[in-house]
Amino acid sequence: MTVKKLGLKQRYAHMTRGLDWETTYQPMDKVFPYDTFEGIKIKDWAAWEDPFRLTMDAYWKFQAEKERKLYAVLDAFALNNGQTNISDGRYANVVKLFLTGISPEEYQAHRGFAFAGRHLRGVGPRVAAQQQSLDELRHIQTQIHTISHYNKYFDGIGEFPHMHDRVWYLSVPKSFFDDARTAGPFEFMIAIGFAFEYVLTNLLFVPFMSGAAYNGDMSTVTFGFSAQSDESRHMTLGIEVIKFLLEQHPDNLPIVQKWVDKWFWRGHRVLGLVAMMMDYMLPKKVMSWKEAWEIYFTEAGGALFQDLARYGLKVPKYADIATAEAEHISHQNWAIFYQYTHAAAFHTWMPDKEHLDWLSEKYPTTFDKYYRPRWEMWAQMEKECKRFYNMALPMLCNTCQIPMGYTEPGDPTTICFRETQFRGETYHFCSDGCKDIFDGEPEKFAQSWLPVHQIFQGNCGGATVPDVLNWYRMNVGADNMDYVGSPDEKLWNEWQAGKVKAAS
Amino acid sequence: MSQLASLTLYNNDDARPIIDAILADNPGVRVLKMPGAVKLDCEDKLVVKRASVEERMGHSWDLQEIHLVLISMAGHLDEDDDQFAVSWSH
Repeated sequence: MTVKKLGLKQRYAHMTRGLDWETTYQPMDKVFPYDTFEGIKIKDWAAWEDPFRLTMDAYWKFQAEKERKLYAVLDAFALNNGQTNISDGRYANVVKLFLTGISPEEYQAHRGFAFAGRHLRGVGPRVAAQQQSLDELRHIQTQIHTISHYNKYFDGIGEFPHMHDRVWYLSVPKSFFDDARTAGPFEFMIAIGFAFEYVLTNLLFVPFMSGAAYNGDMSTVTFGFSAQSDESRHMTLGIEVIKFLLEQHPDNLPIVQKWVDKWFWRGHRVLGLVAMMMDYMLPKKVMSWKEAWEIYFTEAGGALFQDLARYGLKVPKYADIATAEAEHISHQNWAIFYQYTHAAAFHTWMPDKEHLDWLSEKYPTTFDKYYRPRWEMWAQMEKECKRFYNMALPMLCNTCQIPMGYTEPGDPTTICFRETQFRGETYHFCSDGCKDIFDGEPEKFAQSWLPVHQIFQGNCGGATVPDVLNWYRMNVGADNMDYVGSPDEKLWNEWQAGKVKAAS
Repeated sequence: MSQLASLTLYNNDDARPIIDAILADNPGVRVLKMPGAVKLDCEDKLVVKRASVEERMGHSWDLQEIHLVLISMAGHLDEDDDQFAVSWSH
């Protein structure tokens, strides 16, 4: 009799199921204390599906292969002085913002998934969450290795973990992950697994990393796509989580909808940094933020939410506002950083004419009307040695922690202010989305560590800007201010002059 | 409203036989080329067939090796030994 070989689905079932057991020395509820308080009802953990069917041995094999390929590229980049072949010295600033603002969140994701992998009592999601936890650790390690090469030449990178915990704009992504990691395991899975990984990270890792490739940064594109090759597994986990929760019990729907609304809006606010990187900081551009939003939210998110409608799940609240903001968000963020360049650990600049024309073409109904005149005025002020700095500390939104620079829906000439009262205090917000999130969990968000409040309370090294920058460990005159006149620019120009000399 | 199933792959020699197989096996696929990456979209369903990829590679290929060149996807995944499909149908 010939023995028939098992198919992938059967092999996977044998390798991964029946690994768990009912505890006897302690009740299950004491071993898994966190998977009930959020109100999510699970009837049958065995109903969890793993579409990728990747067993641990195959996982290690593929991850090792990815690492071998990535490190060969990093080695080649260093040996060939790849940093001298990027499109322009300005490009290095996206790498700085990535390492200080995004890489530490990979580590937070690693910790969050390790927690979820420990505390969800079903074996299917535990295996998937543990694999993702290992992936996220790999991501921050590869990002640090890649960007450490840039740190040999460019400013603003060396103190990235210290800055991440202190610098005002880095509190935006930091507070996002702190919020997710202090939630229960199911909210964490919806926040990071579904809303961030499935709905939003394509916007970060696909067009932006393609931009790195286009700008000659072969090391960043390689870690980016290497990370993103894990991401398709993460996206699949995210969509399985939401399907599983919605199929398990009808009472789960309103809880999940609230989380989807909250984390979509929070993710949209964090990604405003990426919008600015794509429209303003990549010297050679792949697509505008608005185009990326159309492909990855309107089109891909549209298909997804059309599918999830069968469970009664709706498109996230304020998705229409977020789509309308795609016309404005990159410009409004760049305006904030330009005004506060003295307090940022990367360089800023006013776009040149070619860049302005590209923005006019990509944003035909808004850029010329609302933003181009401001950029041209600021460029003129620079020429007259009256470069504009905003020396007042900005009011921050209590939820997203971004300075209150965004405008009213439908009126890009009026700043949007919202407020709410809680325990006798007034709290301020940039939008209805951020106000709703606070109103849903005021006890949590009343405790937010807001950088500007902390400065005024005397917790950030002193009362003056130099005191605070010192507390940030900012190397003043090198890490901050405009690209023009920076040590980065000087070095870049020397490299370019060297190339011309070598060619002649 | 249309529902596009989608796969984004590296634009390199390792992924090329997979991209070619997808183009041959999925009529009507839309191709978006970006620096370093290729996004393939198809209404409702997109399939990668092992046999079709092997024919182009000229050697046997484990479907799960697609992990090495896959950047992103959209749709529900169904994978077995012979094909890797993303779709929105149930």
